[in-house]
Amino acid sequence: MKISHHKILSLQEAVSRYVLDGALISVGGFTVNRAPMAAAYEIIRQKKRGLHLCVHSAGQSIDDLIGAGCVSQIELAYAGNGRFASTGVRFRKAVQDGELLVEDYSNYQMTLRFMAGAMGLPFLPLKSTFETDIINKWGFSESMRRADEKLPPQKLAVIDNPFDGWCDTEKLVAVPAINPDVTIIHAQKADEQGTVRIEGLTYADIEQAKASRHLIVTCEEIISVDHMRDTPDLNSLPHFCVDAVVHAPNGAFPTACFNYYDYDPQFLTRHEQLAKDDTAYQAYLDEYIFNLRDHADFVELIGEDNFKRIQANPASGYATGLNREV
Amino acid sequence: MTDYTFREMMAISATRYIKNGDIVFCGTGISLLAAMAAKHISAPDSIVFFETGGIDSELEELPLAVGDPRVMHRTTVNGSLADSFAIMQNPFTGTHVVGVMGAAQIDRYGNLNSAVIGDYHSPDIRFSGNGGAPDVASFVNRTIIFMQHEKRKFVEKLDYLSSPGWLTGYDSRKKAGLSGGGPEVVITDKAIMGFDEVSKEMILIGTYPGYSAAQILDQMSFDVDTTKAVEVQVPTSEELRILREVVDPQRLILGD
Repeated sequence: MKISHHKILSLQEAVSRYVLDGALISVGGFTVNRAPMAAAYEIIRQKKRGLHLCVHSAGQSIDDLIGAGCVSQIELAYAGNGRFASTGVRFRKAVQDGELLVEDYSNYQMTLRFMAGAMGLPFLPLKSTFETDIINKWGFSESMRRADEKLPPQKLAVIDNPFDGWCDTEKLVAVPAINPDVTIIHAQKADEQGTVRIEGLTYADIEQAKASRHLIVTCEEIISVDHMRDTPDLNSLPHFCVDAVVHAPNGAFPTACFNYYDYDPQFLTRHEQLAKDDTAYQAYLDEYIFNLRDHADFVELIGEDNFKRIQANPASGYATGLNREV
Repeated sequence: MTDYTFREMMAISATRYIKNGDIVFCGTGISLLAAMAAKHISAPDSIVFFETGGIDSELEELPLAVGDPRVMHRTTVNGSLADSFAIMQNPFTGTHVVGVMGAAQIDRYGNLNSAVIGDYHSPDIRFSGNGGAPDVASFVNRTIIFMQHEKRKFVEKLDYLSSPGWLTGYDSRKKAGLSGGGPEVVITDKAIMGFDEVSKEMILIGTYPGYSAAQILDQMSFDVDTTKAVEVQVPTSEELRILREVVDPQRLILGD
């Protein structure tokens, strides 16, 4: 949230200003699509520590944030990457090694938790997960909850329908609001005032964005304010929700950005292989993050040929006929 | 007899449970093959939708994740997670939805585990997590479950209950506040399991050619009634043609 008409920042500046050590952070996108990868890499490059991540099915971005040691605890629904990693390799390793505290929810629960945060409500109810271990097993202990003011006192609660059986409903599961310190999303278009346009599925980006104290939007293109306001029906977020607009073309790579480029099956497959070995993974972090100054260096390293290979076909929004047999 | 792989057998077996007019909640992998094949075989008016919000996508290429841009192409609407789960929770639309899902473990009542093997707080194996499956399994009246038929996957007690099936059987599911329906079939690489109408306990209803009921039981950690089992009809050459030439010509999911 920021009332100003000048939002454009460099990625380095946006991350150092809004992503502080220990921050409660959420990232947008879904598995292999519109993950804010450039921002995740910059967080890793700046060696942020002790982050508390809240996501639904974030996939690629969180696996690297976890693998690089930036994250100490996570609330999530799913940490896989579709066919490219049925379970995030670094996520699995961190949990099994006892290096990452996890609290599990479902995708709808996480969505409603962000929506409650966006609406200024303490919780929202739903009619799912009764009698499951999502309700019975808590990842964060009661003492940990008491000690951390960013954690609600309970994971969730089963409540009676206050309207006496109305809508054929006796009980509800109430899930607590999440209000991140900062949310980062990657969008196709934004203007300098902060108006954002997401093309294709929005997942829960809108709810995550509005629930957050601060919002960083990385985007493929900065569009003129006039142009964005000529067709406001296509816009996704009002400018005052946004703290920083960062021009980061190819900023979702190696995940996809609908209408711009596809995911890179080769990079994702190689990532999964490298992530299985600590030494190889460290070399990957060095090669693609630590040895580079910024996102522009990363784009240069990936190279034009690779971006051309995954360039979206305007008719389909993805790279039609892309070789995905890897 | 036509040659086929077990993946092909599983996908085609599932299509036979997808009816015209069903709204099919779909993941990726074999469940998606089944949903796409059904549209070409038995259920041309079925509608495929994804938890990510892509509704009635024109799937010209196979998506490899539910967040794949291919699920956004020529949909009736590109919505959001909030939309897709509300479609299932809302009884007007939710009663038409059949959910297709898989898991790491299943018990005799079709409850599923997608989170951990071992203790929740210090697991031996950590999986991806629950995703949207618990919500789908809670809201809709029919689910089709895909499993590999192995002893360690068909277990007496789940290490973690992610998605509710028939809970502890009989009317426990409805009493808990979940939808009245639940798991319809479990389709494996060796057999098809159903659920007893009253007790809601898993039963064997079909064996693939080459497997006896005893061999199926040998791959499970609990016993089931096998008296209703019949041999499952193998895929026809037309079904296989659709699967191989129309749905997954690159064999991205069918494999080798």
